[in-house]
Amino acid sequence: MTRSHPTPEQLLARRHAADRRFRLYGLAGLGIAMVALVLLLGTMLLQGWGVLLQARLTLPIQFDPALVDPKGDRSPASLAMGDYRVLVSRALQEALPEVKERAQRRTLGKLMSDGASYQLQEMVLANPALVGTQQQVSLAASDDVDMWLKGTVSKDIPENQRRITDAQAGWIATLEKAGALGLEFNSDFFTRGDSRDPEMAGVLGAIKGSFLALVVTFLISFPLGVATAVYLEEYAVKGRWADFIEVNINNLAAVPSIVFGLLGLALFLNFMHMPRSAPLVGGLTLALMTLPTLVIATRSALRSVPQAIRDGARALGASPLQVVLHHVLPLAVPGMLTGSIIGMARALGETAPLLLIGMVAFIMDVPDGFTDPATALPVQIFLWADSPERAFLEKTAGATLVLLGFLLAMNGLAVLLRHRFERRW
Amino acid sequence: MTLSLTTEPDMERATPQGLIHPGPAGNQASNPVKVDSERVSVFYEGKQALNNVSLEVQERRVTALIGPSGCGKSTYLRCLNRMNDTILNCRVTGSIRLDGQDIHEPTVDVVQLRARVGMVFQKPNPFPKSIFDNIAYGPRIHGLFRHRDELDGIVENSLMKAGLWNEVKDRLQEMGTGLSGGQQQRLCIARAIAVNPEVLLMDEPCSALDPIATARIEELIDELSTNYTIVIVTHSMQQAARVSHFTGFFHMGDLVEFDSTERIFTNPRQERTKDYITGRFG
Ligand SMILES: Nc1ncnc2c1ncn2[C@@H]1O[C@H](COP(=O)(O)OP(=O)(O)OP(=O)(O)O)[C@@H](O)[C@H]1O
Ligand SMILES: [Mg+2]
Repeated sequence: MTRSHPTPEQLLARRHAADRRFRLYGLAGLGIAMVALVLLLGTMLLQGWGVLLQARLTLPIQFDPALVDPKGDRSPASLAMGDYRVLVSRALQEALPEVKERAQRRTLGKLMSDGASYQLQEMVLANPALVGTQQQVSLAASDDVDMWLKGTVSKDIPENQRRITDAQAGWIATLEKAGALGLEFNSDFFTRGDSRDPEMAGVLGAIKGSFLALVVTFLISFPLGVATAVYLEEYAVKGRWADFIEVNINNLAAVPSIVFGLLGLALFLNFMHMPRSAPLVGGLTLALMTLPTLVIATRSALRSVPQAIRDGARALGASPLQVVLHHVLPLAVPGMLTGSIIGMARALGETAPLLLIGMVAFIMDVPDGFTDPATALPVQIFLWADSPERAFLEKTAGATLVLLGFLLAMNGLAVLLRHRFERRW
Repeated sequence: MTLSLTTEPDMERATPQGLIHPGPAGNQASNPVKVDSERVSVFYEGKQALNNVSLEVQERRVTALIGPSGCGKSTYLRCLNRMNDTILNCRVTGSIRLDGQDIHEPTVDVVQLRARVGMVFQKPNPFPKSIFDNIAYGPRIHGLFRHRDELDGIVENSLMKAGLWNEVKDRLQEMGTGLSGGQQQRLCIARAIAVNPEVLLMDEPCSALDPIATARIEELIDELSTNYTIVIVTHSMQQAARVSHFTGFFHMGDLVEFDSTERIFTNPRQERTKDYITGRFG
């Protein structure tokens, strides 16, 4: 049998078929990616929408001076010693006077968040004039009530397997009817730090921790990365050494992030004795991790500047530094910015190195400075995901959505900046 | 140094090929030597691209370099302002003197050298900046003006000389990269003369231009030659004949012949030169 060569028509048909096939593969890949994205976002939204709302009880609170101000001098020290729990339980009992038995009253008290008394204390400390007055105050209900109202847990399972007893369910219904209990916008989630009580836990501490760490990361890695890239690309003599350094930088970019965590632990904590759990150390560690990526991105941005531009400037008598500053860098800015923002986004999502330098601790206070103990968004997600309370599941998804929102904003910014600075030549 | 060999016609045949490059001859009054290169060789990654080229460029004259593609014209041109320094693994040997001073001496500041020896590239390479800033860049980095008015004057003057002023005077703030190819090339010429170089190197400045723009550039070269020393690479025999006083013919890294343009085009010594200019090879 002889093999005949295909005719030009056959070849053409085959080429077109190959073209169509290739486009189909591309579309299929894109489709799979989109489905994965929709699934991820969808489940997160389904699980996380609830963080926007929080069950709250609005009750008249009598700020009894005898309870609130044991010393009677309205001093912060005295006000801090007040028994605010009793204020809360009294208000509850007044709202439901039919509950009389001690044990029942205790279960009634469980409807309220443990954080409610702290909330009252904060109010009084901020405004001592409240003592002796009566105020309508909106207080967080417990996470079990929250879940009950949101319908996160089924109401049809047997009572002994529920967190809300039949009696509590009845009170909830009564309070709801009276307008004292309902779902409200959950501003606590965006204004508070972490808490043992899901209903009091917020992401602000983690957001600030991440922000402070990223500021450090950017301030360290951007100038260092750009300087390194400019030196390697524009000044260093190409040759064996340059190749050696390039291989090493590419290698560093591929090193697992936890290794940078070990380096940060050894260098910044054990050797330089910087504070544990501080955004400063987290930022420095993330800077180590981001640096190689940034150098690579900047180098490729520099490399994409046409040689003819450099030659033109040199031929006019521009010094090497002037060639870089006046011509090459301005043209490389879009690429550099994109690279560094993507590097920052990666740093924002990074958890492992932060675990090693202690940013994984349970920290209630929102950090105010670079050396305050803090945690970061992805670590907060990790912590909440690890918590047994059902209500933390919702917080986990909510924090994930916040993180995704920030990542989306950063990557959007990268695209925006690239379009803004893009130039033709 | 000017050798006059024209009196002995028989010498032409006796000259070994490519060994002796007699100076320009004829009744052309000879000017002082501006750039003097002696036994210049260039190696790219060990591969020789230029072989012992010795040639004298006279002050306020136009010197044309011709030869087939790849013969080393651009390479030679880049030696004169040390642009080869920036090419990886490029080695230049021999000596090049500008006004008697060796440009490879350590005391010579290459940045200063390039301000004195300007260059226009084969492919127009305007900066992605405004037309004004393109021209103003050189004067700015070299501090060639005191007041803004002076800078405006330099820009206008340079554009005028390059024959571009009328086309762009109303849009000096537009991007230089937005001009047409021919306009870009004239912009690059204006940019080069804005720093007032003593020597202007032009590498096929007209290869992207239409006949009208080419004629304008040739006119410009003619005008400039009263003040500047010009070395121009060209593939157009007619252009070399029209604009230059001296012509060097390169072939495969050798300077085959260097003489007055008149002589090269009417009565070349070398067989190879004759073959090339009559279009028999290249
Ligand atoms: N950067 C470089 N690296 C390696 N080899 C080079 C380089 N530049 C030029 N060459 C080589 O040197 C030789 C001369 O090149 P050159 O550019 O000087 O030729 P040319 O005469 O200007 O040609 P053309 O008329 O096509 O512009 C060529 O063989 C070329 O391959
Ligand atoms: Mg060339």
